[in-house]
Amino acid sequence: MTEEILRVENLNKFYGDRHILHDINFTLHQGEVLTLLGPSGSGKSTLIRCLNGLEDFSSGAVYFKGEKIKPTDKNWQEIRQKIGMVFQSYDLFPNLTVMENILLAPTKVQKRAKDQVAQEAEGLLKDVGLEKYADSYPRELSGGQKQRIAIVRALIMHPEVMLLDEVTASLDPEMVRGILQIMTKLSKKHHMTMIIVTHEMGFAEQIADQVLFLEDGRILENTPGKAFFAQPKTERARDFLESMDF
Amino acid sequence: MNWQVISHSLPIFAQAFKLTLWLSLVGILGSLIVGALSSLIQYFKVPILSQLFTAYVELARNTPLLIQLFFLYYAFPVIGLKMSATTCGIIGLIFLGGAYMAEGFTGGFSGVNQTQIDNGKALGMNNLQLARYVVFPQGFALSMPALAANVIFLIKETSIFSVIAIPELTNTALDLIGMYYRSNEYLFVLVVAYAIVLIPVILLLNLLERRVRYGTFGD
Amino acid sequence: MEHSVINVLFVGNNFARIMQGLWTSVWISVDSLAAGLVLGTLLGILRTLPSKPLRFILRLYLEFFRIVPTIVLLYLVYYILPRSFNISWPASWMAILAFALWVAAEFSDIVRGAIESVPVTQKESGLALGLSKTQLFRYVLLPQAVQLELPATINLATRVIKTTSLLMMISIMDVIAIGQQIIEANNQKYPTAVFWIYGLIFILYFIIDYPLSLWSKKLAAKENR
Ligand SMILES: Nc1ncnc2c1ncn2[C@@H]1O[C@H](COP(=O)(O)OP(=O)(O)O)[C@@H](O)[C@H]1O
Ligand SMILES: [Mg+2]
Repeated sequence: MTEEILRVENLNKFYGDRHILHDINFTLHQGEVLTLLGPSGSGKSTLIRCLNGLEDFSSGAVYFKGEKIKPTDKNWQEIRQKIGMVFQSYDLFPNLTVMENILLAPTKVQKRAKDQVAQEAEGLLKDVGLEKYADSYPRELSGGQKQRIAIVRALIMHPEVMLLDEVTASLDPEMVRGILQIMTKLSKKHHMTMIIVTHEMGFAEQIADQVLFLEDGRILENTPGKAFFAQPKTERARDFLESMDF
Repeated sequence: MNWQVISHSLPIFAQAFKLTLWLSLVGILGSLIVGALSSLIQYFKVPILSQLFTAYVELARNTPLLIQLFFLYYAFPVIGLKMSATTCGIIGLIFLGGAYMAEGFTGGFSGVNQTQIDNGKALGMNNLQLARYVVFPQGFALSMPALAANVIFLIKETSIFSVIAIPELTNTALDLIGMYYRSNEYLFVLVVAYAIVLIPVILLLNLLERRVRYGTFGD
Repeated sequence: MEHSVINVLFVGNNFARIMQGLWTSVWISVDSLAAGLVLGTLLGILRTLPSKPLRFILRLYLEFFRIVPTIVLLYLVYYILPRSFNISWPASWMAILAFALWVAAEFSDIVRGAIESVPVTQKESGLALGLSKTQLFRYVLLPQAVQLELPATINLATRVIKTTSLLMMISIMDVIAIGQQIIEANNQKYPTAVFWIYGLIFILYFIIDYPLSLWSKKLAAKENR
């Protein structure tokens, strides 16, 4: 068994009186890809945001490499350097160039040497086919290009796990494929541990080691990827897959 | 209107003009620093300090500069704190201006998208880094119109220094009127002097605002 | 210390006099605002008309008040009316004139901004219903504009109130002038009087202005939602 990266235990989350996440439990191992599926409003974003402390939760615990994360601001800030996250809205910092966007956190947060990071950044930019855009500003890029930069910006921190929340959902269809390829390559070639929220079912089936199916804040299924797509256990999951035209 | 009276007064007004400029400059810079600081403290809800600064901003914004100056200049010596009129003027202006600037910055900071903050946090930034690299640069652009209005306001507020006998423009004009009784001439020079200070400032700020809005910033 | 507060503030009619001074400041604010808002509405509406020369003149009027500090306005009226026009009004009238002209300038800009920010579709649907230009103003634009401009107007009111602190400069017996008299009368016996009197006036201004600016902020926040 490979090393455990993230474990969630009995996590509950409320917004005011509304119970948003009910007793969430799962474990994620090194190199695994977990896809988080479920209808809109089921709590996928909320769950993924609890994993790096962008949302605080009401009870339960998150463990990083076997160690329980004490939910203080300071702790989360440390941990976030090892948990990369990319959002649906491709929000680069609009006042910084592409290169400045990428270099900001490694040099200022991790205090790494700028020229080394810059070299690495050039390599990563080349990997995603955007080496020409280092000095462009975000507003000069298309949505798909911005999203690729956002992925590079997260990767350069050398995260041990990546959280990707519907990163293709706001993109034009022709942009989607490139991003999916990048994620596939990250998993297959670099064995990156990832949690992916997506509505691209074909992609999910092909990449998922593990599927969490969420509805109304509850995990209805926690199944190996192949099994989920071949034979969903619950009716709800079956309906969901059907509704996704799959 | 007697032009000779006017031309004779010009050297005295030039002196006052310089003083007004200098007081404005110091006051504006000080206000920007105090304002940015107190706004950031309020933005990040730093315990205790943020309540203190909120109280300061409300007190300073909702009382006249004149009474603030009187308090500094006449009341403080009673409790053993004696300062020159100019010192009182500058402190008073920064006290007032800091609160106005804080409001201006706060307006801009609150316009920074939550998603931008989330992105910064997800990259592991602490509050100080978020302030420095995300909230401040983006919020500053959004605050520009309010800050520009405050700059103009503060320059005009230096006229109130005349009440504690700081020899800036207004005080100088009033002195001259008191001495020579030529109110039309001296008031004319006074208005022209304010126009000479403020028109370029207004134009410059308009330019800067446009630059910030359409330039390299915010898309 | 304690005793001096009580002696200075509450002995004789000192407190009542301060309140009277405050009343002077308040009614001068109210009158200036009332006159200024009426004139400002008129000027604001005129500024949305297509006539270029008219717009230009009104713009000049506004810019003049943007450039000249209020204290200077006060002196302009105070010296020029009697000396150049032989008009000898009470000082309080002159203050109201100066403030009202200033308020009108600022308010004309608020009104213009508000009218122009009423969505075009509103204007078009009004016209499509067969409303005349005046009816459009009266029934569609003004009511919506009033709501848009309310926070800025309240803000302007707080500024007018603060500006009344300048009244003593043209020898009006406002709250500060009376405060000074009391301080002078008590200076020998109670040297800390200056602290308490100015402290009280500071707080009085705050008590009047703070609720107004809170209200304006609340309204503005509601609009932004
Ligand atoms: N800030 C918030 N305040 C209150 N309710 C929220 C907030 N964010 C999300 N929710 C609610 O939590 C539920 C889960 O939302 P979300 O995690 O965004 O779902 P998903 O990502 O699966 O579409 C939804 O019902 C949503 O309305
Ligand atoms: Mg979501």
